[in-house]
Amino acid sequence: MCLGVPGKVIEVDREMQIATVDFWGVKKEVRLEVCDAPVAPGDYILNHVGFAIRRIPPEEAAETLALYDELLRLADEQDLMTADVRAELEAAPDATRSPKVAPDESQ
Amino acid sequence: MNPSDAFAQMKFRDPKRARGLRDALERLVQEADHAPVSVMHVCGSHEQAIAKFGLRAAFPQELQVIMGPGCPVCVTDVPEVDEAVALAKQGVRIASYGDMLRVPGTSQSLADAKAEGATVDVVYSVTQAVDLAREHDEEIVFFASGFETTAVATAAILVDDPPDNFSVLSAHKYIPPVMEIVAEMPETKIEGFLAAGHAATITGSAVFEKFVERHGLPVVIAGFEPLDVMAGLVKLLEVINSGEPRVENAFPRCVTREGNVHAQKLLWRVFRPTGGRWRGIAHVPNGNLRLRDEFAKYDTRKRFTIDASALWSYAPPKLVQQCQCGDIMAGIASPSDCQLFGKECTPDKPVGACMVSAEGTCRIWHQYGGRPDLRSMKRGAA
Repeated sequence: MCLGVPGKVIEVDREMQIATVDFWGVKKEVRLEVCDAPVAPGDYILNHVGFAIRRIPPEEAAETLALYDELLRLADEQDLMTADVRAELEAAPDATRSPKVAPDESQ
Repeated sequence: MNPSDAFAQMKFRDPKRARGLRDALERLVQEADHAPVSVMHVCGSHEQAIAKFGLRAAFPQELQVIMGPGCPVCVTDVPEVDEAVALAKQGVRIASYGDMLRVPGTSQSLADAKAEGATVDVVYSVTQAVDLAREHDEEIVFFASGFETTAVATAAILVDDPPDNFSVLSAHKYIPPVMEIVAEMPETKIEGFLAAGHAATITGSAVFEKFVERHGLPVVIAGFEPLDVMAGLVKLLEVINSGEPRVENAFPRCVTREGNVHAQKLLWRVFRPTGGRWRGIAHVPNGNLRLRDEFAKYDTRKRFTIDASALWSYAPPKLVQQCQCGDIMAGIASPSDCQLFGKECTPDKPVGACMVSAEGTCRIWHQYGGRPDLRSMKRGAA
């Protein structure tokens, strides 16, 4: 519950304070009201219960993503940490708006 | 298998750095010149990482890393659960995070109430609870658990003009005050705290400075990667050995001294800290987060008359009286000290809250093995 999950920002709706965020190919809408800094496409955010609680600058993302790569790669339904990450993904609604910028596939 | 072979089998991405950190821990524990050295963390995710990656097998034997009250679901007190159960049985629709359903109240859990016909929805976010309220005419009560990191989300919802049929039954808790309580417990001989990285993302490291002044115990903020946890412990032992207690941030890529000031403003605009019991631990001054009067309209406790007395005419089963969750959450006992652990008390049939929640010490130890010996490491941690 404390873990959160990082994702890459694809599009930002400043008026609605919602970002379309790519989590391992799954696009979700994440609320931005509690985020500590303005986010832009290409940034990463840490999503907790559907809210971005922190902006992660792109250059710092790799270190943060590594743990999650491993948790999701193992894909063990019984694993508590993997289940936590999956619940954090469930917390954000699927993105309904069509992204103007394609996600960077290299990530 | 000797310890270094076992250690090499662990899934660290940077084995060289892992070895370096382990060697540093060995050296620092030797330098401490007393044994054991006991430190506490207050986060279920830290315990998950420690147990999942078998870190305790890599720690020096003289280093005790104890999980304290770091599971918000577990410390939700019986009367708080009773409030939710009583409302559910009154016919009010309740939405809550999944783990909250099975946390025992005096005589029933929300899951019990649901089995008897009450409407209880599992949600992954407060936003989903608000969506329920928008989709239905009936009253929706969000039974809100979680520490400051999660309470911020509830706060953001409440300032965003949610529908009139939505209210919050807050069981949100605030971590810094309970550290004061645990630090002063005569049974604990904690020499320093490892603070949770993501909660500190919100509060900043500065929130712990007063604590260090008052209690003379260092606090080090650490991340959740196995190597982050080990680096945090190395830093913590360095500060303990220095004899100059202070706050150190071993997770600078996520945490600043000030924290997320915007989120803090939001949190304190909506919530006020108030004293209350944490299950099994103690009365914690300022440890509970309740809605401010400005948000009374959305406060379940002001909106409904909650009568839980019907739940009280009942003697708890004998097993519950043997449950050691309280001592475990205070860091005085380990799951392995409890006679029920893994026998009468399992994730399928939990007796206490620590076995219910994915962040509870008992649940985590049951899944991963908490203090693996090296013979079990192949099976448990590799």
